[in-house]
Amino acid sequence: MTLATAGPRGLAEPAPSVSTVERSRRVALDLLPAALVFVGVIVAWEVIVGALELKAFILPQPSAIVAALGANWPAGGRFALSTSAGATLIEAAGGLAIGTAVGVGVALVSARWATARGVLLPLAVAAGAVPIIAFAPLFNNWFGVLNPLSKAMMAAVLVFFPMMANVIRGLIQVPPAALELMRSYAASDWTILRLVRIPNALPYFFTALRLGATLSLIGAVVGEYFGGASFVLGRIVVQSASALRYDVTWAAILLMAGTGIVLYAAISFIERLAIPWYATNRGGGRG
Amino acid sequence: MTSDPAPASVAVRLAGVDKVFKTGDKATTALVGIDLEILRGEFISLIGPSGCGKSTLLRIIADLIDPTGGVVTIGGKAAAEARQARDYGMVFQAPVLFDWRTVEDNVRLPLEIMGWDAARRNARAREMLELVELGDFLGHYPYQLSGGMQQRVAIARALTFEPSILLMDEPFGALDEMTRERMNSEVLRIWERTGTSIVFVTHSIPEAVFLSSRVVVMSARPGRITNVVAIDLPQPRNDETRESTRYFELVTEVREALRAGEPEGGEHGSDDAASLTSADQARVEDGIQ
Repeated sequence: MTLATAGPRGLAEPAPSVSTVERSRRVALDLLPAALVFVGVIVAWEVIVGALELKAFILPQPSAIVAALGANWPAGGRFALSTSAGATLIEAAGGLAIGTAVGVGVALVSARWATARGVLLPLAVAAGAVPIIAFAPLFNNWFGVLNPLSKAMMAAVLVFFPMMANVIRGLIQVPPAALELMRSYAASDWTILRLVRIPNALPYFFTALRLGATLSLIGAVVGEYFGGASFVLGRIVVQSASALRYDVTWAAILLMAGTGIVLYAAISFIERLAIPWYATNRGGGRG
Repeated sequence: MTSDPAPASVAVRLAGVDKVFKTGDKATTALVGIDLEILRGEFISLIGPSGCGKSTLLRIIADLIDPTGGVVTIGGKAAAEARQARDYGMVFQAPVLFDWRTVEDNVRLPLEIMGWDAARRNARAREMLELVELGDFLGHYPYQLSGGMQQRVAIARALTFEPSILLMDEPFGALDEMTRERMNSEVLRIWERTGTSIVFVTHSIPEAVFLSSRVVVMSARPGRITNVVAIDLPQPRNDETRESTRYFELVTEVREALRAGEPEGGEHGSDDAASLTSADQARVEDGIQ
């Protein structure tokens, strides 16, 4: 009689417990190839531009760009890069928040009521199809050219559509058996939304949020090109280029990339905390 | 046809149940004239070729699909009432565990929905996980468990609220033979302890014979009951049961009953149901649902 045998049967090998040190070492090893390529490109850039004696206004050397970044970093200077990067980050983050909130709201309403989906989806698709540049003069007019909100709204429009589309998909694409299970418990639609659909949509939400981090920066900078406060990265690019200070232009571009990385990394960090069960966030063990 | 109220010992009564699926202007008859009484505490297996409507019948009992005709009574109540009263525990072929919940949280899910207070549902979830011998895995996530362990979590979840009927739709179909036999023993052990009525859909003749009080043999096109084989193997059943002469006689009897139900004779004589064509048919059947 095997029924009495103690202990769990059909046991999977337990997830190996990985020490923090070991995990850091693995992460470092994973990042090594990318780091080497990055350093190689920078060195090659420095050496080739120097050897070809290219003029700085065509392509400055990385060392010149870093020097320009340092020289123009402090607040109060002509190009005040630190102030500008901060201002652009606030616009982008604000737009990301607005676009996310509206996108999630529309998705929840659309997933719940088919009628709402019929009304809202065509509007959302239409809004998503308009090249973002077209909205810039309108938003400057509505919210004020110097108001950061006019740039944040540009970012919000870009963030909104992928957020809505992804979250709707996450709310709707629930395995049919999961719905049968919930119905067998006589669970209400509201309970199913709360306990199944919303958790199911979380990975989709974070995918859209990471995408939104990049899009919000694009939206904010495009908005800035159409006029705004002096100390924002988009304006710095326009002004430094017209002053032939391409080293500063490049420094501003570097800061945009940096700002994007900061946003992206912050979201990835939150994602790991929020949905540790999701496949891409599992540290070690079976996957 | 009996129209008098079911005696207290009847857990499920199906009277003249028909099901026709309509897709566009095409109608497919899935079930015809199903009459069946399942007694309280009985273990009933539904067996038959793919497309015989056994999964459909299970879902009609569970009030997940409405029958086209006939009456379904669960312990004297209509099926819809029984579902609202949480009389059903369901186990599917896939474990259907929620990735974002730990093993313990998955088992607690029905109790949360049914509004049990936290202390009671924690105690109950732990008790059920002990019953399926997963007491050491409370904090694990489903992806950290093997297929057999996941299915045991699903069984624990189905039992937490002590449903009067446990409905199992090919729960071990995706498991290897060794694991499946262990799981069969486990289900019998749980059945003996809880006294729940079980309706078990399977493709496997040995599984049906080993587990059941009665095996309901169905045939396809249209789905109907062609035979009911009473399994008089002694309880409790164990590995010796699988080697007894009576067991082999009953396996043969069910196999012949299945063949007799086939129009061409012996299309699916073996218990191996995982052939491509039958899987395809099952998919078509699911699609219609």
